[in-house]
Amino acid sequence: MEDMILTHARALKSLISAAALLGIGSLSAMAQQVNLYTVREPGLVKPLAEAFTAKSGIKVNTVFLKDGLAERVAAEGERSPADVLMTVDIGNLVDIVEKGVAQPVKSAALESAIPAQLRDASGQWFAVSLRARLVYASKERVKDTAITYEDLADPKWKGKVCIRSGQHQYNIALIAAHIAHHGEAATETWLKGVKANLARKAGGGDREVARDILGGLCDVGVGNSYYVGLMRSGAGGPDQKKWGDAINVLLPKFKNGATHVNASGVAVAKHAPNRDNAVKFLEFLVSDEGQKIYSEANFEYPVKAGAQAHPIVAALGKLEPDTLSLSEIAKHRKAASVLVDRVGFDN
Amino acid sequence: MSSLTSAILWPFAPRLRRGVGGWLAGSFVVAALVAAPIVSLALLAAQGSGDLWPHLVAYILPQAFRDTLLLLGGVGILVVTIGASAAWLVTAYDFPGRRWLEWALLLPLAMPTYIIAYAYLDLLHPIGPVQSGLRALLGYESPRDLILPDIRSMGGCILLFGFVLYPYVYLSTRAMFLMQIASLVEVARTLSAGRAGVFFRVALPLARPAIAVGTSLALMEALNDVGASEFLGVRTLTVSIYSTWINRSNLPGAAQIALLMLLVVVTLIIIERFARRRQRYAGAAQRQRKLTPQRLGGWRGALAVVACLVPVLIGFVLPALYLVTEAAKRIRFAGISPEIVTQTITTVTISAIATVVALLLGLVLAFTARLAQRAFSAMLLRVASLGYAVPGTVLALGLLAPLTAVDGWIDDTSRMVFGVGTGLLLFGSGAALVYAYAARFLTISTGGIEAGLARISPSLDHAGRTLGASALGVVTRIQLPLISPALLSAGLLVFVDCMKELPATLLLRPLNLETLATHLYGEAARGTYEDGSVAALAIVLFGLVPVVLLARLGQRRIVARGRTAEPVDNVASDSLILGSAALDAAPVPASGPQVNGSYVSGTDPRT
Repeated sequence: MEDMILTHARALKSLISAAALLGIGSLSAMAQQVNLYTVREPGLVKPLAEAFTAKSGIKVNTVFLKDGLAERVAAEGERSPADVLMTVDIGNLVDIVEKGVAQPVKSAALESAIPAQLRDASGQWFAVSLRARLVYASKERVKDTAITYEDLADPKWKGKVCIRSGQHQYNIALIAAHIAHHGEAATETWLKGVKANLARKAGGGDREVARDILGGLCDVGVGNSYYVGLMRSGAGGPDQKKWGDAINVLLPKFKNGATHVNASGVAVAKHAPNRDNAVKFLEFLVSDEGQKIYSEANFEYPVKAGAQAHPIVAALGKLEPDTLSLSEIAKHRKAASVLVDRVGFDN
Repeated sequence: MSSLTSAILWPFAPRLRRGVGGWLAGSFVVAALVAAPIVSLALLAAQGSGDLWPHLVAYILPQAFRDTLLLLGGVGILVVTIGASAAWLVTAYDFPGRRWLEWALLLPLAMPTYIIAYAYLDLLHPIGPVQSGLRALLGYESPRDLILPDIRSMGGCILLFGFVLYPYVYLSTRAMFLMQIASLVEVARTLSAGRAGVFFRVALPLARPAIAVGTSLALMEALNDVGASEFLGVRTLTVSIYSTWINRSNLPGAAQIALLMLLVVVTLIIIERFARRRQRYAGAAQRQRKLTPQRLGGWRGALAVVACLVPVLIGFVLPALYLVTEAAKRIRFAGISPEIVTQTITTVTISAIATVVALLLGLVLAFTARLAQRAFSAMLLRVASLGYAVPGTVLALGLLAPLTAVDGWIDDTSRMVFGVGTGLLLFGSGAALVYAYAARFLTISTGGIEAGLARISPSLDHAGRTLGASALGVVTRIQLPLISPALLSAGLLVFVDCMKELPATLLLRPLNLETLATHLYGEAARGTYEDGSVAALAIVLFGLVPVVLLARLGQRRIVARGRTAEPVDNVASDSLILGSAALDAAPVPASGPQVNGSYVSGTDPRT
């Protein structure tokens, strides 16, 4: 009887190791790979991963998630196979730290490449690319060449403004930055003004703004910088190229500041089984090669001093990022979200 | 009533119930599996959400409830109108193209709502083909000269959902019309009731349970959708759950809203059932003849064709054509990527496994309810429907804790016994996905099986037991063979739903695993929608296969039955799928060993 149990146990044991070899379960035993949990789309991650593998010989396994990345890693706990967490928006980066799923990283390469205000003081997250929140204006109908974020509430735009949902992270960060500059009361008034100017219900994506401008639904709108590149380069097809060509892109500023930028960033997971490879991957992202992919595959601004933005994006004009730190903006996110509800921005 | 009769007959019951303990235990485990994510949500909710509720009550709930009610009301009216009238037209009348339309009306089932939303915005946008063509036709130069209503609105959202989700009502109602009402309709016709009279005063009231069940499934799909409604700018309660979770990092608060919503859904279902508690739909499973379709000629026939064609065109043909052109553009430009093939195989494999699991679990629940006939087992059966009543992402979030707990336990045990860890076995192998799909769609399989079982006379069970068969023997040798068509059609529906599933797939899949839906989502998120159109088309095509099977199967049986002049039924009807289904909380109708006149007809040649 005991023998039988032992035989069974042995059989099961070999089965399990076979399963582990086949790539089931945690792969901590296998060297030379790195596991990436990302909210960034495969269209961007794939070229990054391929270039990294070509350079280092380290295989990149990815899973593309949307909402719930931090929740999943937290639930997986110490058994989590995640090495690198890759996300967008300062809110998510802060969330990763607050949920305790990241670990501090010290790396001279990272620290020299990324300016201090674009990384966590304790090394728990690093921004690897930037995007600016810009104003798209109709080439045909808008003659203004400069605009402030505050101007969007100007009644002269009544019925002419398009924007995606106020509760979308990109807008929440913009509104949070407005709060950081002007306080909550002034932001509420501003939001009411923008809301009163809307040509259509807040919704859709940033590209819909350009499309709706071409379609004559609105004259100005708010959208991220990289969408301009995605549209104008023809990466999204010939139709989107038309949308992109129908707009002038203005680099708006806060009256007492400059252009609002947000970041995409990365962190090393707290229980990363391949920690060294994870750090290597991070360092690759801010290498010249990695930064180039960010600007070429997705038209994002590089974080590294001296790295070039894509020509289409560079042609928009010189970006002067707001000096507010991302962490400061993140503090006002909740208040921003509450304000959006209070003024009924999305209704 | 049924529990009363069982109580009276209790002394005679034990013999028939012998051997069902194992079934009950199995049922309990299944119900626990489905309830686990809900319980873990409740635990999350219990952590407290700070100052959330005053804010919600002041600014969110009034608007979210209004939008939700408008959406559900609108979609409800639309799916009932389209679903029930199309079902009536194809069963009560004969007109050109009827046989073809009868199954074509099911096609929109293959279309995920988010694909419909993307496709229609492209088609109907001011610079899209429809409006551009219209302007060219009418001689307008700029889109600004001719402003038409925007699809991105409550109205647009209702229309899209209505035209994609009506098949749920169509399927269940048509089943009811096919099986149950021939004699009553003929009586009405004899009494010279007009066409409208027959429909509104006889057919419609009789089909109410079927309509209710089909509608509740359609409405839950609409309610739990985030992709399409957010894209179209409609802010339902589900969207509020999202912003609470994501922007305020208030997951407990989001869980509270989700549970509140679940409560509302369950309450609505109970109210509906309560409202028709005194109504009897007796005669239901008695021997019935097929309703003889009346020939509709001339303009009436043409009108019937149009009425049945429009939903198919809007809900399927137009968006499908659009996908085909987009995909063709893409393929010409870049060819078919080998990934699509891998992703298709992955999607079909996981969906198939999940379907089998959902059917097995459904069988356990439904058979237990039938064999044990206790309030307890009936209640377990109802738990199965919970997974469908919460949004996919919320269910997936609720699954995180139980899944990782089990994974942890497996890993620890394996380490202790064999000295080798397994890591996260469920997550890493994709088993988590199978669990999520099964938990989410269990209500569909259970409902179908239950409806199939309801039509087997209990006297057969009793005969089997009397002749010495065990409980398992009754199941395998009598019931299973008899319900195989219902089983098949329920399986096909579950499969289609798994193919389309997005939110839980996104959150719970292992590294390097991509399904067609997640691929499409990745492309759409980046706005390179054209790249995604190939995947979208693959989802529709592979979703189409089961839908066509579902329909053809039904037709073949009609023909077979018709020839031998036996009672007509039809698989798509066996499945009354949705029929007595899911959320209909009554225990299997013929409850208790008593001979229940309304369900047993000893002369029915099938039984």
